[in-house]
Order: sequence, then structure tokens, then C-alpha cells
Amino acid sequence: MELGIFYTLAAVVLFAAVMVITVRNPVHAVLFLVLAFLGSAGLWLLLEAEFLAIALVLVYVGAVMVLFLFVVMMLDINLVPLREGFARYLPAGAAVALALASVMGFLLGPRYFGLAQFPAPRRMPADYSNTTALGRLLYTYYLYPFEVAAVILLVAIIAAIALTQRARRRIKTERPERQIHVRRQDRVRLVSMPAEKPAGEGGA
Amino acid sequence: MMLEWVHGRLLFWVPAPAWPVTSIVLQIIVLLIPLMLAVAYLTLAERKVIGYMQVRLGPNRVSLFGVPWLRGWGQPIADAFKLLFKEIIIPAGANRTLFLMAPVLAIGPALAAWAVIPFDPVRHIADINAGLLYVLALTSLGVYGIIIAGWASNSKYAFLGALRSAAQIVSYEIAMGFALVGVLIAAGSLNLRAIVLAQQGGVWHWFALPLLPLFLVYFISGVAETNRAPFDVAEGESEIVAGFHVEYSGMAFAVFFLAEYANMILVSALASVMFLGGWLSPFQGLPWLSPLFARVPDIFWLLAKISFFLLLFLWFRATFPRYRYDQIMRLGWKVFLPITLVWLVVVAVLVMLHVPPWFSGGA
Amino acid sequence: MFYMLSAASPEIVVLVTACLVLLVDSSLRDRGHAAAYWLAQAGLLLALIGCALLLPRVAGLRWFFGMVVIDPLAVVLKSFVLVLVIVALIYGREYLRPRRWLSGEYFALTLMVALGALVLISAGSLLMVYLGLELMSLSLYALVALHRDAPATSEAAMKYFVLGALASGMLLYGMSLVYGVTGTLDLQTLARTLTAAQTGQPVWVLALVLIIAGVAFKLGTVPFHMWVPDVYQGAATPVTLLVSTAPKIAAYAMAMRLLAMGLSAGAAQWSPILIVLAVASMALGNLVAIAQSDIKRMLAYSTIAHMGFLLLGVLAASPAGYAGAMFYSIVYALMSLGAFGVVILLAGAGPETDRLDEFTGLGRRSPWFALVALILFFSLAGVPPFAGFWAKWFVIKELIHSGHVVVAALAVFFSVIGAYYYLRIIRLMYFDVGEAARPLAADGDLSLALSVNGLAILAIGVMPGVLMSTCLRAIGH
Repeated sequence: MELGIFYTLAAVVLFAAVMVITVRNPVHAVLFLVLAFLGSAGLWLLLEAEFLAIALVLVYVGAVMVLFLFVVMMLDINLVPLREGFARYLPAGAAVALALASVMGFLLGPRYFGLAQFPAPRRMPADYSNTTALGRLLYTYYLYPFEVAAVILLVAIIAAIALTQRARRRIKTERPERQIHVRRQDRVRLVSMPAEKPAGEGGA
Repeated sequence: MMLEWVHGRLLFWVPAPAWPVTSIVLQIIVLLIPLMLAVAYLTLAERKVIGYMQVRLGPNRVSLFGVPWLRGWGQPIADAFKLLFKEIIIPAGANRTLFLMAPVLAIGPALAAWAVIPFDPVRHIADINAGLLYVLALTSLGVYGIIIAGWASNSKYAFLGALRSAAQIVSYEIAMGFALVGVLIAAGSLNLRAIVLAQQGGVWHWFALPLLPLFLVYFISGVAETNRAPFDVAEGESEIVAGFHVEYSGMAFAVFFLAEYANMILVSALASVMFLGGWLSPFQGLPWLSPLFARVPDIFWLLAKISFFLLLFLWFRATFPRYRYDQIMRLGWKVFLPITLVWLVVVAVLVMLHVPPWFSGGA
Repeated sequence: MFYMLSAASPEIVVLVTACLVLLVDSSLRDRGHAAAYWLAQAGLLLALIGCALLLPRVAGLRWFFGMVVIDPLAVVLKSFVLVLVIVALIYGREYLRPRRWLSGEYFALTLMVALGALVLISAGSLLMVYLGLELMSLSLYALVALHRDAPATSEAAMKYFVLGALASGMLLYGMSLVYGVTGTLDLQTLARTLTAAQTGQPVWVLALVLIIAGVAFKLGTVPFHMWVPDVYQGAATPVTLLVSTAPKIAAYAMAMRLLAMGLSAGAAQWSPILIVLAVASMALGNLVAIAQSDIKRMLAYSTIAHMGFLLLGVLAASPAGYAGAMFYSIVYALMSLGAFGVVILLAGAGPETDRLDEFTGLGRRSPWFALVALILFFSLAGVPPFAGFWAKWFVIKELIHSGHVVVAALAVFFSVIGAYYYLRIIRLMYFDVGEAARPLAADGDLSLALSVNGLAILAIGVMPGVLMSTCLRAIGH
């Protein structure tokens, strides 16, 4: 049962990952990436890592990929130039890929990373909370790296804002509080003005 | 009681290995049928309530079985049949698969999130440890239906609506998430049942009091996440016709409609569970009121609280003019986010110091 | 608790200062830049005091569950990084102010670069190495892109970012292999459990190659040098100055933490790789630098050559070699600081050409600064009484000592070639007559800092023993 679910999910993830790089339409590619994330979340659930699974869905699928989609949808991608040079770079790319794959196949085989090298993880009781365990580890042993990672994100925010906000605050914005507090005297000036025509001239 | 009996009867007829699956399917059906009925009658309630607020009568023609005092009550069913028999028109140049998938993506998460809502101390479909996260993750998935609908329609109005909606939902999700972190700190658990149980002991123990700013932020963000007035720029009838679902008709449109209302009920249910003590009676612990209401089933209190929030949804729509897009963004980023961040610190301090009456016990 | 916090005190002070700088700058609008500048300097100074006073009290220990290592090496390098950043800010302000490019982000990101370097220097685990490196690099990418008024700047930032991300990926891949095989991220545990026989296995060789690729990218050695000339030329001069100083010391620390401390058992494997990198860097850097007419591009190739030289010290894999490399990294950072200070001085408030011709006739226009420049370029060339000579001397001595005689001979040969392009600038300054005899307008801060910088090079040259014994003590010899 569990093995069946694992292979199904793994197949879904692999299929989605292949589709991400092969489909022509970028929006479809993003959606397949979403599918791949959902599949990976399922795999994590199988490992009893429910916090990681849900966080993956929440952060990547729910926020990051939405923004991705947001950008990709607005792009007007012409597919022809994307294909240009495909044939030219194919041999070099294939050679690199082949070399990497063979090195990985040779090194990452069962000798160092086989199942025999790693004991199977212990089954946890039903009330075991992955979230608590993770939190405990993160705020004790990994406190310092955790904080540094937060600073990295802060740098990313600063950089993103500094690089995109090129116009130096010349944008005209409204100030609602000033709109609300405006009084009649500020906007309307009543001028007493004599009539244009002398009385009696008009009429009839 | 009835339910358990039917449950037992049915299980008798299926082979033993299929019991867990059958049982879950049954539970889902038992949840979904009332939910769909609630959605149907919520539309009627909306039209009636807003009608009364605007000194009109609202729907008052279609009756049920010709009973005179039920006039108007047949309206949702008539509407449903009308939509059911209409043709689904797929616009030229639309992406057919995604166009048809979008409504499903919209309603799926709205329904799936109900799995972890506890209706009383024992009734719920799933009691998972990270229930709060699960709910947050699923509500964040709902946006895909809207974005894909807007993109696949091949229409500029739909597309604009989708863009607005995506930006809005992502923005408010952050404030919403932080509000939920406040609940997590206060309850010390991500399990929704544990969160309700942490609020035991009467009205003044409910998290709405110590977490008042988070409560308000959560509910308002909830209104924004469901694209309801006054945050409904994604539909924006006045400028982009109907936003992301402008090209949808018939049942496909109805599914979007269902998703929106199911989401409203979901947000209300979550607000009740997290801030108003879920199924807990407001009279708990009071000297003679408590025994008086002792026989009222727990689920009644939850439904009453949900109804209250739903009324607020309708009330908002009748009262407020629509926010402009930049105002929505300002509210989300510059008002809600700082409020939640500050209040998180406050809550953390309250919990650390075991401030009575909320955090005096344990944890 | 107090000791734990004081172990991270420089980092905490720098981080808090960076946040305050952002707040002050955004709330005071245009008047905020001066306040932000002084605040940043005060913060760095405070961190430096923390480094000097608090860190020695907690030295020799590992904090935050082994994530932070405070050893004499960390104390010395952290202090130098902070000094370098302080001076870099002084130079940078003189350049940015007349161009109206000052912004809170510049100060905040510079502080973040310092923070990243501090974290990296005292990293006690592979995780901290990676995080510190990313923090430093990310801030640098942003700084390079910050003043992107010229297309060359955007190109520089883009190249830096893409190649940097690739290098980080390789480093991470190498680290993941190490973790996969040993099950630990802790550098001390790695050092204790690893044996030379183990590191000969193919998986370890791959891991080492990938990790060295990451280190080499940060140092900017061949074949990971492609970004260096473009970034040096494209970035605004104060940013180039920053790229070429504090991060180089941090990169040296990274090489030390990873290779000399964590994976010291693999010295037999990584030493030959480093020889190739070092010799190729010295060859390419020194030869290509001759052809440059842009001062920043020339200094970029000179950096490549110097970093190759620095690696020579590491590959000797002996305490004296590490100390020599440390001496080299500190002296190089000081020389580079001064050289770019001179570039900023020459640019003044006017349009910046970065042509070598700018140096023409400096000897007559400003005898004092010409003398400072003379000291700096003589030192970069490795002419005897100056600091740069001793840096090369210590490294080569240890190289011969450890039996790499051929490599040492190559190093001397390329240094002699390299001397040509430094001496060419000196010829321009003193013997050529130029028509564009613009007088120099140096601000008080800049001229003071530059003078001190030049004199420091001279002082280290006269008394190399002081710094060298500090380095030796820091390595634990």
C-alpha cells in the first residue's frame, strides 16, 4: 500500500518535472512545477514529515508559484527565438549532461548512498508532532544559522526594493487623512462680486 | 445518533478491507450535503438581508411546494436549475483544458479545508497535528482557480481580474498567516481541536479578547481572501465587468459561485474556531445560565457563531463602497502587517508571563 | 548567556547597526545620508571594540552548538575585516557624495557584506560557511547593481550573480556529498573522524573538487575568474573597492575553515588541485594585465594573480604556509584598498574615465599622493622594502620549505612579469608629461585615510615581523 503510493507519487513528480522543461507554453510549465511540488509534498507526508509537506505547499505552491505565474502570464513570449540555437548548443549540452550523469551514476551508487548505508527511520507514534520536533531543533541547535538565514532574506528584501525603486519618490499619491480633514475654507473661496450688468438694463 | 446508525448499517454491506474508505466517503457526504445547502441558502440570505437593509423585499416569488409563507425559499433551487441547464460557452482562443479545470481548482481547496474543522469535541473528519497549517495551505491554493480562469479565458477583463486577485490574495495571506501564528502562540498547538479546548472557561477565555487586533485582522483578511466586498476589485463590475469569471456561464460559473460562498462559510467557521471558542458555549462557567443551556448540543454554538460572521459578510457588502486597488494594497502591507507583527510580540510576552485569565494555566 | 552573546557580539552590533541605518535613512529622507554614514561608522567601530575586547575572553571555544568558532584566527581576521570596511566607507563616501549616489541602501548593504564576512570567518559548520558566504555574496550582487546607470554595470551585476549562483550551487553540491557520506556538517567532527585513506575515495575527490570550485570562485582564481574583470570595471569604484578587500579575507578564511581545518585529511588530494589553480591564475592574471588600459580592469587581473599567489600559501598545507597566506590576504586587502582609494582620489568629483592616463604627471600635480601611490604600486609589484614583498617572501619561503621548488620558481617568474605593469604606472606618474593637468581636490577624510593606508603598507614593510608573528599565533603555531 505504502509502496504503491510512493511509486505513484514518485511517478507523478518525475512526469511533472519532465513536462516542466519540455512543454512549450511557459504557463503550462509553471503549472507542472506546481504539480511537482504537490507530489513532493505527498512524498514528505509518507515520511511522516507533515510540517515540511504543508510548508512546501503553503510557501512554494501557495505564494512563490503564484507570483511566478503572475509574472509568466504577463510575459509575451515568442516561442521561435527560444528554439533558436537549440541544435547548435545541443552537442555541448548533451556532452556536459552525459559527463555529469555518468559521474553521478558512478559515485552516487549503492557504495556510498545505498540503502545499506542508511538505517530505516524509526516509526513514530501517532501523536508525534513533527512540528514540535522541528521547532525544538531549529531554536536550539540551529538557532544561529536560522537567524543568519533570516538576515539573508532581509538582504534580499533590501536589494529588491533598492533595485526596483528607481524613481525617487516623485509619485503622486493621495493622503486620505488630508482628504478627510479638508474643510470648505481650504477649497472654496467665496467672492462677493457685483452684478455684471447695471440693474434695469436687462429685463423683458 | 441517526448518523451513527446509518453508518453501521452501510458498513455491514461492504467488505471489511473497504471499511475505512467507505467510512471516510460517508463522512464527506454527510459534511458536503449540508454545506451545499448552506451555500444555496446563503445566497438567498444575502439577497434578503441586503434587501431589508436597502428597504426592499428581496426575492419573494418562487415558493416551495406552493406553500404561501415559504415564498422566496424556492429561489436558490430555481437558480441552481437555471444554471445547470445553461450552455457552457468556451471562448474562441481560450485554453480549453485550463478553462474547464479552473472552477474545479477553485472549489476543491474550499471544500477540502473542511476536513479538519472540529464541529464538537468528537466530530471531525480528520484530527491532524498541523491542522492550522493545513487550513492555511489550502486557502492559499484557492487562488489558482482564479488566476487560471483569468488567463485561460483569453479575455482582457478576465486577465485583469486575475492579476488583481492574485496580488491581493498573496498580500493578505501574509497578514492572515501572522494572525494565525498569534493563535498558535496563544494555544500552543496547531491542532484545531486543541485550539478550541485552550479557550475553555467562558466568554472571557476566548482568544478574541487577548488577540483582538489579530482577530480583526484575520477576519478582514478573510473577507479580502474571498474577494468579497469591499475587497472585490477582482470582480469590479464597474470597470472590468465581472473580472476573472466574465467568460464563464452555466454550471462552470455556478461552481465559482459555490466556491466563493463555501469559502465565506469556511472563513467564518475558522474565525469561530480560533477566536470565539468553536463549539464552546458562551455561558460556560456562569452560575445558573450554564445548567440552563446544558442540553443545547455543542454544534449549535458553532453554527450560531458561523451565522454571525456570515451576517457580517453580508453587512459589509451592504455598507461599504469598494476599495480602490492601491488602497487595498496599502491596507494589507502598511496597516495589517505591522499590527500583526507588533501584536505577535505582545502575545508572546503575555504567554511568557502567564497573564491571567488567558494564559495562567500551564504551557 | 553573556559569554554566548559576546561570542557573537560583533555580528549582533553590525546587524543592529544595519537595521538602524535603514530606519534612519528612510525616516530622515535626504538629510539622512550623513546620519546614516556616521551611524554605520560608529557601529563598525563598536563592533571592532567588541572584537578586540570581548572575543579574546571567549576565544578557543565553540559557541552556539559548534556553529561559531572563536579562535585567534577569527579574532584577527574579523578585526581586519571591520577596519577594511570602515576605511572602504570613508573612501566610498568621497566618491558617492559628489555624484549624489549616496543612499541608505549602500550603507546597509555594505554593513551586510561585513556581517557576512564575520559569519563566514568564524564558521564552525558547513552550514555556517554556506550561509555566511551567501549573505556576503548576495549583498555584493546588490551593491554592484545598485548604481546601474551604465549598461556595463547591469552586465557586471548580471554576470556576477549568475556565475556566483553557479559557484554556490557547486559548493553546496560538494557539501551535500560530504554530509551524505559522513552524516555531519560540523567541521571539527569532520576533522576528527576523517582519515587520509578515506579522502582518496572517488566520492571524496568529487566533493573536494566541487568545494574548491566554490572557494576559487570567491577568490577569483582561474578558471573561475571570468567575473572578476567585468565586475571590477562595471561596478561603481567604491563597490569594486569593497569587492576586492573584505571578501578576499573572508574567502581566505573560508578556504582555511574548509580545507585546512575541516578536510585537512584530504590535503594530498586538494593540494595538487590548488597548484593548478594557483599557477594558472598567476600566469593569466599577470600576462593579461599588461594589455589593459583601464585601471580598474588592470587591477582586476592583478587580483587574479595575487589570489593565485595566496593559494600557494594554502597549498603548502603547513602552519607556516597558512600564516603566510593569511599575511598575504591581509596585506593584499590593504594594498587593494589603497589602490582603489587612489582611483577614487583621481576621479574626484568629475567624470570618471578610469584610464591609466589619469596618472600622468601625478608626481608634479600632487607630490604627496604620488608618493602614496608609489608605495602602494611598489608594494603590489613586490618591490623589497614594502609589505607586498614580504607577503610574497613568506609564501615562497614556505613553498620551498615544503618541497614545491618548481612552483616557487614559477611564482617568482610571474611576479617579475607582473612588476612591469605596476612600474608602468609609476613611470606615468613621474616621467611622463600630460596635457590634462587637473589639480586634485581631496577631502580631509580621504587624504588622511589614504595617507594612513600608504604609511601602513610602509610600516608593515619595515617591520613585517609584527604582523607575521600575529598571523603565526593566529594559526596556532
